[in-house]
Amino acid sequence: MAVINSVLILFAHPSAHRSEANKLLFDASRNVDRVTFVDLYQEYPTYNINIEREQQRLRDHNVIVFMFPLYWYSTPSILKEWQDLVLEHGFAYGKNGKELHGKHFICAITAGGPMNAYHGDGYNHFTMRELLQPLEQVAAVTGMKYLPPFALFGARAAKDEGRMSDHVHSWKKLLIHLTQNRIDPEHLTNAITINGYVDALEVTPV
Amino acid sequence: MTSLFIQAFIYLCAAVIMVPLAKRLGLGSVLGYLIAGVIIGPVAGFVGQEATTIQHFAEFGVVMMLFLVGLELEPSALWQMRNRLLGLGGLQLLLTTAVIFSIAILLGQSWTVALAIGLIFSLSSTAIVLQTFNEKGLSKTEGGRSAFSVLLFQDIAVIPMLALLPLLALPELQAVAASLVSTAEQHQELSLVANLPAWAAAIAVLASVAGLVVAGRFLSRPLFRYVAKAGLPEVFTATALMLVIGIAALMSLVGLSPALGTFLAGVVLANSEFRHELQANIEPFKGLLLGLFFITVGAGINFTILNDNLAVIVGLTLGLMLLKALVLVVLAMIFKIRASDRWLFFLSLAQAGEFGLVLLSYTVSQHILPQAMAQMLSIVVALSMFLTPTLFILFDKVILPRYRQKDATREADKVDEKGKAIIAGIGRFGQVVNRLLIANGVPTVVLDYQVSQIDRMRAINVKSFYGDASRAELLHTAGLDDASLLVVAIDDTVRSVEIVKHVKHTYSHVQVLARAYDRGHLFELKEAGADYVISETYNSALALAGEALKRTGMHAFRVEQLKHEFTTAEQQHFDKLFHSWRHEDDGVGFGDHYLSLFMQIEEELITTMQRDRLDNHVDAERRWTPPPKEQTKDF
Repeated sequence: MAVINSVLILFAHPSAHRSEANKLLFDASRNVDRVTFVDLYQEYPTYNINIEREQQRLRDHNVIVFMFPLYWYSTPSILKEWQDLVLEHGFAYGKNGKELHGKHFICAITAGGPMNAYHGDGYNHFTMRELLQPLEQVAAVTGMKYLPPFALFGARAAKDEGRMSDHVHSWKKLLIHLTQNRIDPEHLTNAITINGYVDALEVTPV
Repeated sequence: MTSLFIQAFIYLCAAVIMVPLAKRLGLGSVLGYLIAGVIIGPVAGFVGQEATTIQHFAEFGVVMMLFLVGLELEPSALWQMRNRLLGLGGLQLLLTTAVIFSIAILLGQSWTVALAIGLIFSLSSTAIVLQTFNEKGLSKTEGGRSAFSVLLFQDIAVIPMLALLPLLALPELQAVAASLVSTAEQHQELSLVANLPAWAAAIAVLASVAGLVVAGRFLSRPLFRYVAKAGLPEVFTATALMLVIGIAALMSLVGLSPALGTFLAGVVLANSEFRHELQANIEPFKGLLLGLFFITVGAGINFTILNDNLAVIVGLTLGLMLLKALVLVVLAMIFKIRASDRWLFFLSLAQAGEFGLVLLSYTVSQHILPQAMAQMLSIVVALSMFLTPTLFILFDKVILPRYRQKDATREADKVDEKGKAIIAGIGRFGQVVNRLLIANGVPTVVLDYQVSQIDRMRAINVKSFYGDASRAELLHTAGLDDASLLVVAIDDTVRSVEIVKHVKHTYSHVQVLARAYDRGHLFELKEAGADYVISETYNSALALAGEALKRTGMHAFRVEQLKHEFTTAEQQHFDKLFHSWRHEDDGVGFGDHYLSLFMQIEEELITTMQRDRLDNHVDAERRWTPPPKEQTKDF
């Protein structure tokens, strides 16, 4: 447990200027110790992703976070582009592609629909964890330890309903626990989201 | 002639030594000029009686300042501040005069003398206050604006005061004067209206003001354009001076204040496309004359009278400033000026001003105040002006930090306001830049030195100003101090490099984005310190080349990738070429070494892009590479 983690947040929001929920998560994630924050749309406005630079970033960190608003049950397109380009054969997978082995992987998502919509009986028919299975499988192929998503449901109304400060608070707590390597994926194999687990964590880890 | 040179040298010398020194010590330029005046006047005795004569001349600096103030104020802005102007300004004048009047009566003065003193002391110093506001960047604060409206009202009120004061003349002083008239013919000012009946005089005054406004609106533009087309900067300067002096003369002729007249002219011209160029031309004259004015105030302090009545004068000065400050505090409370702005408001206006000095000499000539009293009061006025810069220092060092600390505990406001951009050159290139910025709410100031271009822009509602952006003063008056961006898009390659050099040297906070004509120009701009340089043809040429590739049958997305690859390679080579260009021995940037390097790089580029097709390790081909065919065996 003494291992200190460094966290890489890959943030993707195609219209950040209109964002309410992500804006607050964005602000809460910058200038945190041992956390590198990358705004992909800011850095690659024309999608010309620098593969070398991105691979080096992955090598330099041991927790990888995708932070994004859910678009059609998946990431915004630049994060898909990022996967297509950066997770190369021989780097992330394949016989000699072991660069990501042992790292943690987690998604921090905001979703428009309410929690009960993401359910077998809800109008989205699948849970959030089920919908994100392609990413879970990416983690599996690349040898990363998958953590269930940190999710905000009903994100469009979250600010007006005053839910944001609690959410941002849990996010900060989770970030600190991630950097201190205090999260154990074994406890979370069946969790749909990580939110309940985070809420149960002690408030200020030593 | 010789003595004139010597005098001028003494004045300039004192200013050159003292003003930078005062500024470095944090005292501000006004105090520097005042001290310079005291040193060359009463202390060293280099200058003496002529100081008062020069002062009359130097008061013209105030006139020019009001012209510039007017230029900053569009008529609509003036209309917006009407409440503050009449309310704050009117009440300040009324209350201060009333209080001083009562005290003077209590001290045993006759009511006419008391009223005259009240009026004289109610005025504050436009010259010191506005100059200091500008220097310290306080003009746009709430306190600064309120103080400005009071000053403006006072400057306007001087005119009726000059008209009313003669009614207060003391009979006994008049009698003395009458006996003197026979021996010495009193100096008669030139006047158009002096010998007219009252109604005719009133018509003359109204006609002059109306003429001023109409001429300013309709005649100034053709005049400026005629002059600007000649392309001689000094003639434009002459025109600007002619305008200000002419208006001042006209106003004096009909018995109005020249300051008011030029202020009005300034407001009329505030919408003109020549505004910034006018400012740039008048600014240095105003600065010099105002400096001269402050020197004469310092030099004019009569130390014998001051020594003899030290306690009385110091007591009067401090009492006066306290009293004025109290009235201002009351007004600030009524008008809800708060916090640091309230402090600024009453500290900045607590002094008596230069118009007080003008009125004093006028009251003596009109036999309202006895000479001895007027002399003493002059010293009180001068002393209070002398103390003002120290009050500003108090505000800067003590008051502001206290409020800053308070503000710091509050969470910082979100900065939504985008910095202003100045665009030099509104040709085909500058227009596109301007349109995109304006459309997205970034305020721009557009400059161009081709009148026809300005006309075309104004015709399609693009607010643009005439002026040569390579002139330092023009960039200053166009607001470069507050701007965050300068776009250099002028055709003249030599000038554009000069602008970049100057701006990067003088305004380190401004980012300079420049358009280059060709590669040599690009290097020069880069060398001059531009933050971003782009060749004017690069992107369009690249787009066309891409289109050409597409039409040879290449897939559109592949073309985009190759274009990106090409640009990346260009950027990498840029540094090499730039380095070679800088260190070319023969002084010619594009010497043999540069040329051979260029050929070599060009060859490299071709082989790189050719190799692309075969080799997986080149970036363009590397993207979206499928895994090897036998890859599935790994799992």
